[in-house]
Amino acid sequence: MALPGFGLIAIFIILPFFFAIALSFTNQRLISPNPTQFIGMANYSRLLGVGVTTIQPERDDEGEIIRNAAGAPEYPRLRTIIRGNPDFANLAGMREWFSWERSDEARTIVLARDVVFMKALVNTLLFVIIVAPVQATLALGLALLINQRLRGISFYRAVYFMPVVVSIVVVSLLWRFIYDGNNGLLNNMLSALTFGWFEGHDWLGDPSTALGAIMVMSIWQAVGFHMVIWLSGLQTISPTLYEAAAIEGASKAQTFRYVTWPGLRNTAVLILIVITMQAFALFAQIDVMTNGGPRDSTQTIVFQAVERGYGRQDISGGSTISVLLFLLVLTISLIQGFLTREKT
Amino acid sequence: MMATISPDNSGLRLAVRYTVLSLIAVIFLFPLVFMVVSSFKPDAQLLADTASLRAFLPVGDISLDNYAAAFARAPVGLFVFNSVLVTGVTVLLSLFVCSLAAFSFVFLRWRGRKLLLAIIVATLIVPFETIAIPLLLIAANLPWIGLDGFQIGWLNTYRVQIIPWIADGLTIFLFVQYFKDLPGELIEAARVEGASSWTIYRRIVMPLAGPVLATAAILKFLIMYNQYLWPLMVVQQESYRPVMVGLQYFFQLNRAWGEIMAYLSMITVPVLAFYLYMQRAFIASIASTGVKG
Repeated sequence: MALPGFGLIAIFIILPFFFAIALSFTNQRLISPNPTQFIGMANYSRLLGVGVTTIQPERDDEGEIIRNAAGAPEYPRLRTIIRGNPDFANLAGMREWFSWERSDEARTIVLARDVVFMKALVNTLLFVIIVAPVQATLALGLALLINQRLRGISFYRAVYFMPVVVSIVVVSLLWRFIYDGNNGLLNNMLSALTFGWFEGHDWLGDPSTALGAIMVMSIWQAVGFHMVIWLSGLQTISPTLYEAAAIEGASKAQTFRYVTWPGLRNTAVLILIVITMQAFALFAQIDVMTNGGPRDSTQTIVFQAVERGYGRQDISGGSTISVLLFLLVLTISLIQGFLTREKT
Repeated sequence: MMATISPDNSGLRLAVRYTVLSLIAVIFLFPLVFMVVSSFKPDAQLLADTASLRAFLPVGDISLDNYAAAFARAPVGLFVFNSVLVTGVTVLLSLFVCSLAAFSFVFLRWRGRKLLLAIIVATLIVPFETIAIPLLLIAANLPWIGLDGFQIGWLNTYRVQIIPWIADGLTIFLFVQYFKDLPGELIEAARVEGASSWTIYRRIVMPLAGPVLATAAILKFLIMYNQYLWPLMVVQQESYRPVMVGLQYFFQLNRAWGEIMAYLSMITVPVLAFYLYMQRAFIASIASTGVKG
């Protein structure tokens, strides 16, 4: 009787999971005239290849560094150095990812074979590292607030949870208007609150604020979900412990530190892992709001996997990204489990 | 943290508490109120109103014009029908298939059941996003025998939106946890009386499974109705599109915000109303993924 259930899971979850691993070693496309070939680790090295090099500024005939009008040294174009130069064979086909001035006379350049993917990787990690702790903490704060015995408290609980039942796609389109640079609700409200001092900002159009804006919106949408999980954890703590703490004259902070927090340990592990998995899956917000822009500042791993696997029908490339994503999720979850383990 | 009714619950303290609670409530409510209110306003007024609190009030030139325009732009009725069909069928099949599997894991004795259950639970750490691309390739090549004969390929159908989503680790796990807490004597007694497994499932276990059925149904409903990535990839034909993918008709409209708000309201408000009506059950179902998961 378990057969239908297990069979469906085997075909639609387990099979594609192993299929992804297998495909990542091939050059499979969705529809292709050529037979699929085994190409080893090529997909991985194409995605993850990085290199470092240092370049010297241009010098004139006397050996003086050529400087531009602002006095900064001028460097030759990276591409002209690398191309066809056997000394840089390992950097062939790479593009500049980021660079910094090591001294006045040298510049260190980090190159990547796939700069867009590298940016997606960094953005996703940034998203996870910021959103997971912030959202977990805010959710705990809300859960503590909502766990009071007050008349009408269930109304507030219902309201805080409300965005969770709204699709993230709907939320993203709605917030695109809130963040809009011209007539957005946020700009107009900030302007009204500061009596016109705030002049407006194109939140999603500016590479320095786009990812942050998406983080805020994502937390707004999902924090109620984790509030409810914290709440169910809070309610497993026996009231007699609180009574004992009150009799001992414990302050609110002490009660939280010695009664509430130890009772929430398992909930904390679960919440961190759940938020992390959800944060790594960041896709719909990007697809609706920014398409990865401006200037790749909101590229994410899943967005890249879909763009390649589906958009460009490059199944093997998309699968490789998927495998890397899974390894990341697994690693972070294990680290979180380890860091929050019971200390004996 | 339980504030019992104690002397320090003076009027002032209460007022502070309610103020804090209400301010936070405003943060969660304002985008949704804005969405619904704006859907009734012409674009010019909608934009002008964002500079004041009028943005959240149904004042001025209120009409249903935006709704009419949204219907004219996209086959809204068809999208809603598709979503309701896909969601409804998947939820029902999922409840049946997953409860049956859980029943077998908990009440029947067969070799390998522990291993199989462990594998199912292990799938919980595989996010859908990591299998979406290979699943697309599988779906494009799966065979099907339908009314019009044998075919290869599931793309652009209802089945590709339904069948992969019927069974999942979480739903099976929720049923398993619930069934474990049922009194085993009931099942033993029925077996002694010679009842078949199927009868026990149908007559004894399922009538007791009300709460977990509600939990599983709500979770599945939320996942299915809000589907985006999967139908985006496997459904290109308008005739099979669900509501969230239908939103793409409105992505490119940078001016017609009223129309967008009308569409968003149409696909969101019924769900919100359903949620408010069944609020406790919704929250309990999310909470149960935490306590037991």
